[in-house]
Amino acid sequence: MTKSKNMKSIVTSELPKCPSGIQGLDEITFGGLPQGRPTLVCGGAGCGKTLLAMEFLCRGALTYNEPGVFIAFEEKEKDLEENFASLGFDLKKLVKQKKLLIDYIYIERSEIEETGEYDLEGLFVRLASAIDTIGAKRVVLDTIEALFSGFSNQSILRAELRRLFRWLKEKGVTAIVTGEKGESLLTKHGLEEYVADCVIFLDHRVNEQIATRRLKIIKYRGSKHGTNEFPFLIGNNGISVFPMTSLLLSSSVSSQRISSGIKSLDAMFGNKGYYRGSAILVSGSAGSGKTSFGAQFVDSVCRNGQRALYFAFEESESQLSRNMTSIGIDLKKWIDKGPLRVVSNRATLCGLEMHLVMAHKAVKEFKPAVVVVDPITTMIGSGIVDEARAMISRLLDFLKNEGITVLATDLTLIGDRGGETEIGISSLCDTWIKLSMEMQDYQRIRRISIIKSRGMDHGHETKDLVITNKGLEIKDIPGVREGYK
Amino acid sequence: MKKTIYKLALYVAGATPKSLEAFANLKNICEEYLKGKYSIDLIDLLKNPKLAKGDQIVAIPTLVRKSPPPLKKMIGNFSNKEKVLVGLNIIEQG
Repeated sequence: MTKSKNMKSIVTSELPKCPSGIQGLDEITFGGLPQGRPTLVCGGAGCGKTLLAMEFLCRGALTYNEPGVFIAFEEKEKDLEENFASLGFDLKKLVKQKKLLIDYIYIERSEIEETGEYDLEGLFVRLASAIDTIGAKRVVLDTIEALFSGFSNQSILRAELRRLFRWLKEKGVTAIVTGEKGESLLTKHGLEEYVADCVIFLDHRVNEQIATRRLKIIKYRGSKHGTNEFPFLIGNNGISVFPMTSLLLSSSVSSQRISSGIKSLDAMFGNKGYYRGSAILVSGSAGSGKTSFGAQFVDSVCRNGQRALYFAFEESESQLSRNMTSIGIDLKKWIDKGPLRVVSNRATLCGLEMHLVMAHKAVKEFKPAVVVVDPITTMIGSGIVDEARAMISRLLDFLKNEGITVLATDLTLIGDRGGETEIGISSLCDTWIKLSMEMQDYQRIRRISIIKSRGMDHGHETKDLVITNKGLEIKDIPGVREGYK
Repeated sequence: MKKTIYKLALYVAGATPKSLEAFANLKNICEEYLKGKYSIDLIDLLKNPKLAKGDQIVAIPTLVRKSPPPLKKMIGNFSNKEKVLVGLNIIEQG
């Protein structure tokens, strides 16, 4: 019967959803948790179950005007208030405003003697009273499995749980039930048996000494959902889920152009420069001028009154701006004035996902028109090549979707003559500029060529790249004429 | 020692057959073993849901021995007389 009901709802419209308000979660669930139904959130110790559940209530109360009840079996009201204060949630205030009600239920088996039959009507009464007191639309039971350690009669318990979930559905509240990860089952006591509509699994694992939190939707009845594992971060304002892999190639393209900051390079792109919102890869060996390339681009962007974000994985902010003054680019001026922000991190500082997450955050906060990632290849150092590739493509996709022009530099090793950059990111980029060094009469000469540039006319000849004290300049190689056009 | 007064509270939710049975069982045991030195406070959570918090009531019916200390809790319908007596420390185990 439920099946036919579900079928029907697919035909007419999607299931009603209850937006969780948690960053990213609503995107991968296409709208939120199933409204008026319970959702199971499970995972190992310290994976963020309680946080997710509590944030669901807080966001509900703050953003959607839906009061919530938090039934805590593990932590006292005071402990919860203290713990969440550090994440920027003022539970006390919400409680005072009657938008949140926390009820701590204490069960200690050793203090309770069992004789004959009983039921859990007490829990129902408490829950009902809590719901009615503040007119709650959302309920969290964290974690209901505590009941299993509190009572010995399993058959009563299981029957009562089934009744509880039926009752919650009848009440029409959107509920989150948390459960500890089990050995063979999803949860220790098989809660998934009762909560069958939506199951979210949280994971916290360490790979090559780098810890990442991940979230996966195991099932969601009557709704489509992202099936991948999504990284998430517990930051200073709660959970952020990053649905990067769910991005589609649906970004709207722009035919606007943006200057590369180097006049003579713009000339190679039909006097107009790059496409706005495209991805540009600058690859070259050490010392070929990649960073200068990025800096000059950023400088020109700021000069035109737009914002730029520079991810420096090899240099600190002050080092970068000092070095660039030697070629006549004053980055410090832009940093002080505001249109430029330099984010410098060692690639090994944290995991790939974390880098992604930080990049995501910085971009969302700063809203730049241009992002420079210098160099994008350091990422490989902090992870496995496959993962690095996936992560870079996700980063580029994300930036493209936001309509941001991204310039990534890529270090190719000397002697690496292959046309493929190390992690095959060239195919993700729209424009690929290659810098190289050539030996000529005991001198090393910088050369530049445009290997590809999607959708535009561009020069095909290799030219000289000269680094002057007024920035980069591109010159014809003496004797080589433009003969291809 | 003979002066010990048993102050008991029985939590129920509505006058269901189960709670009536529990009350009757308890009453019988008390009449038999504690005649004249006990009191039973019958608390209906449906009328007073807020009271459930104080004694941390989850299961119904719950019997709470408020005095003599320590506080003791017992759940069930009290059909097993032996267990109730031991649980309330009315007779020593053994």
